[in-house]
Amino acid sequence: MLNIKDLRVELEDEDKKILKGVNLDIEAGSVHAIMGPNGSGKSTLSYVLSGRAGYRVTGGTATLDGVNLLDLDPEERAAMGMFLAFQYPVEIPGVGNMTFLRTAVNSQRKQRGEDEMSAGDFLKLIRAKAKTLKIDADMLKRPVNVGFSGGEKKRNEILQMAMLEPKMCILDETDSGLDVDAMKLVSEGVNALRDKGRSFLVITHYQRLLDHIKPDVVHIMANGRIIKSGGPELAIEVENNGYADLLSEVA
Amino acid sequence: MAMAREKIAQAKRDAVDVRLATLAAPTGADWITATRAAAVARLRAMGMPGRRDEYWKYTRADALMQNEAPEAEVFDHDESPVFGEVDRLKIVFVDGVFDAAASDDLALEGVRIEMLSDVAALDIHWAKNLYGVLEEAGQTPVDRPLAALNTGFAEAGVVIHVTGKPSKPVSLIYIHKSTTSDAILHHLVKVESGAELTLLENGPAAARLNKVMEVDIADNGAFHHVRAQGRDHQRRAVAHIFARLGSESTFKSFSLTVNGALTRNECVIEMLGDNSFAHVAGAAMGDGADNPFHHDDTVFVTHVGRDCESRQVYKNVLRNGATGVFQGKILVKQGAQKTDGYQISQALMLDGDSQFLAKPELEIYADDVICSHGSTSGAIDEEALFYLRSRGVPVGPATDLLTLAFLAEAVQEIENPVLAAEIGDRLEGWLTRRRS
Ligand SMILES: Nc1ncnc2c1ncn2[C@@H]1O[C@H](COP(=O)(O)OP(=O)(O)O)[C@@H](O)[C@H]1O
Ligand SMILES: [Mg+2]
Repeated sequence: MLNIKDLRVELEDEDKKILKGVNLDIEAGSVHAIMGPNGSGKSTLSYVLSGRAGYRVTGGTATLDGVNLLDLDPEERAAMGMFLAFQYPVEIPGVGNMTFLRTAVNSQRKQRGEDEMSAGDFLKLIRAKAKTLKIDADMLKRPVNVGFSGGEKKRNEILQMAMLEPKMCILDETDSGLDVDAMKLVSEGVNALRDKGRSFLVITHYQRLLDHIKPDVVHIMANGRIIKSGGPELAIEVENNGYADLLSEVA
Repeated sequence: MAMAREKIAQAKRDAVDVRLATLAAPTGADWITATRAAAVARLRAMGMPGRRDEYWKYTRADALMQNEAPEAEVFDHDESPVFGEVDRLKIVFVDGVFDAAASDDLALEGVRIEMLSDVAALDIHWAKNLYGVLEEAGQTPVDRPLAALNTGFAEAGVVIHVTGKPSKPVSLIYIHKSTTSDAILHHLVKVESGAELTLLENGPAAARLNKVMEVDIADNGAFHHVRAQGRDHQRRAVAHIFARLGSESTFKSFSLTVNGALTRNECVIEMLGDNSFAHVAGAAMGDGADNPFHHDDTVFVTHVGRDCESRQVYKNVLRNGATGVFQGKILVKQGAQKTDGYQISQALMLDGDSQFLAKPELEIYADDVICSHGSTSGAIDEEALFYLRSRGVPVGPATDLLTLAFLAEAVQEIENPVLAAEIGDRLEGWLTRRRS
């Protein structure tokens, strides 16, 4: 599904290298987790994959089902099935959450040459999905993320994911700022979407989330590289010992 | 110094002579003849707007005060006229002249509608106490010579006496047919106690338009105004609204401006009574690519009564060298305690070529008031744009969505949802046409 080879990225405005040769292969239907100290480049990786401006790719490739992602506009990547649940969801005053979602769903359908979803079908679908995430009608009406609590913002990200049904889902610290109940809701939302045609890349600091969303592979990222990969036990090792041992191992 | 000042004053007076050279005072009853003569005297005393006038620092009045109207092509487009879906009483003016055949019957319960030309011939009429009166009062503390010019020479306009709550809006439709038309319109609206009117205006009116509307709202009266200034690219217009509010009254005015070489909208509001609301708002969208676009909102709200709320909400969307201007003032007089005044003017620059010039002012002589004002100008929020794109919305529609969101605060000032939707459609249409 997602194949990243020796990806090297620096900031556009500054002479600062952030990703220094990332290699990652995610098969269809699998769940991969990335853990790593703050500032190691996890968010940068997720942004570069979804097409945010401000970065310069100086080497390597990233493909989704064989298509070079790095040549595409963000909207084209989204229509292909790439989705990023933001670490910091953006507030958009003046745009209703519902309008936002309907526009997104239909924009993607249009780009894929599919018919738009009727207003009635859309409403039915969003009501059902919102209910499982405990998102009330008021949250759907309000401007996108404006005045939402941290937990509401994260649940709103998962709602978008559920509505858009992407094939490659990247979750950037979706668990940070969530209480236990919200974490459960979010995890259930993610697990409900697990499918053999859909893959996940879960960026997190905590084993807690991975108790709910069981990963197939865990990677440790440090200083712009993936320094170690392994099974779920790697996350437990991090939880118990921190990153220090792993970092010294490779140093 | 003194000589230089005298020279400038002389130039302003000379400009009056130039403008008046071919204008003839309309005929009418004695009272209006006297009122018109007084207005011309006022105009001569103050002179035309000058380049050194603080009030005209950002907008050049030349095209508005030269003798003949600069030519303006009639813009031929296939967009259906705004308010088409609204049940309303239509009154049509073509190049500033009333077109009775194209208009509806003027009879409507709760309101009496007459033509200014008819009223001007009568000796006894309430209009006597309004025509030119609010305009004259509005000349202090700032000169508004083009409004005095209007009072001096306007022949056409509607005179609306609102005594009840008419079942539908009165809609003034301005059609522009001649490329050299020079229209002067002067409307009077008197809203009696407890009465309520919605007035709509739309269309480019003429190559050049000078319009004044005087609105007198008695206690408990309400006046809602929504106007859409026509899409003609080369039209030029100066419009003044002078409003006076009694107690517990409501004045709401929203203006949509898309295109136009030059638009100056002045709004002068005096809140005399207590517990009243005055909300003025505007959305202007200009693209300077093929024609110049210069839009100026100049607002002056005076709080005299207590416990009044005033809001000024102005939004400009500018691209390709378009210019937006906002001059807004809240004056709170001594005794106007518990005033709640709000003023915001913002410009969204869709590129780096455009400019927005804002002069927000507060002048407060009461101690127990809340007044806030702000002015910003900036580009599309890149973070929000990326967020939308990452969800699959292409850059064009995503930019439009954010642009409409930017304008929303102004459009929300329109209370009637049907009218708000009509305006929203126009905004969206303007953006969509420019995207392809
Ligand atoms: N736009 C930016 N401007 C300056 N520094 C940046 C920018 N984006 C990322 N960085 C820097 O790049 C490094 C990696 O950041 P990030 O990808 O956010 O790490 P993580 O998500 O792993 O905490 C950090 O040192 C961060 O400060
Ligand atoms: Mg991060």
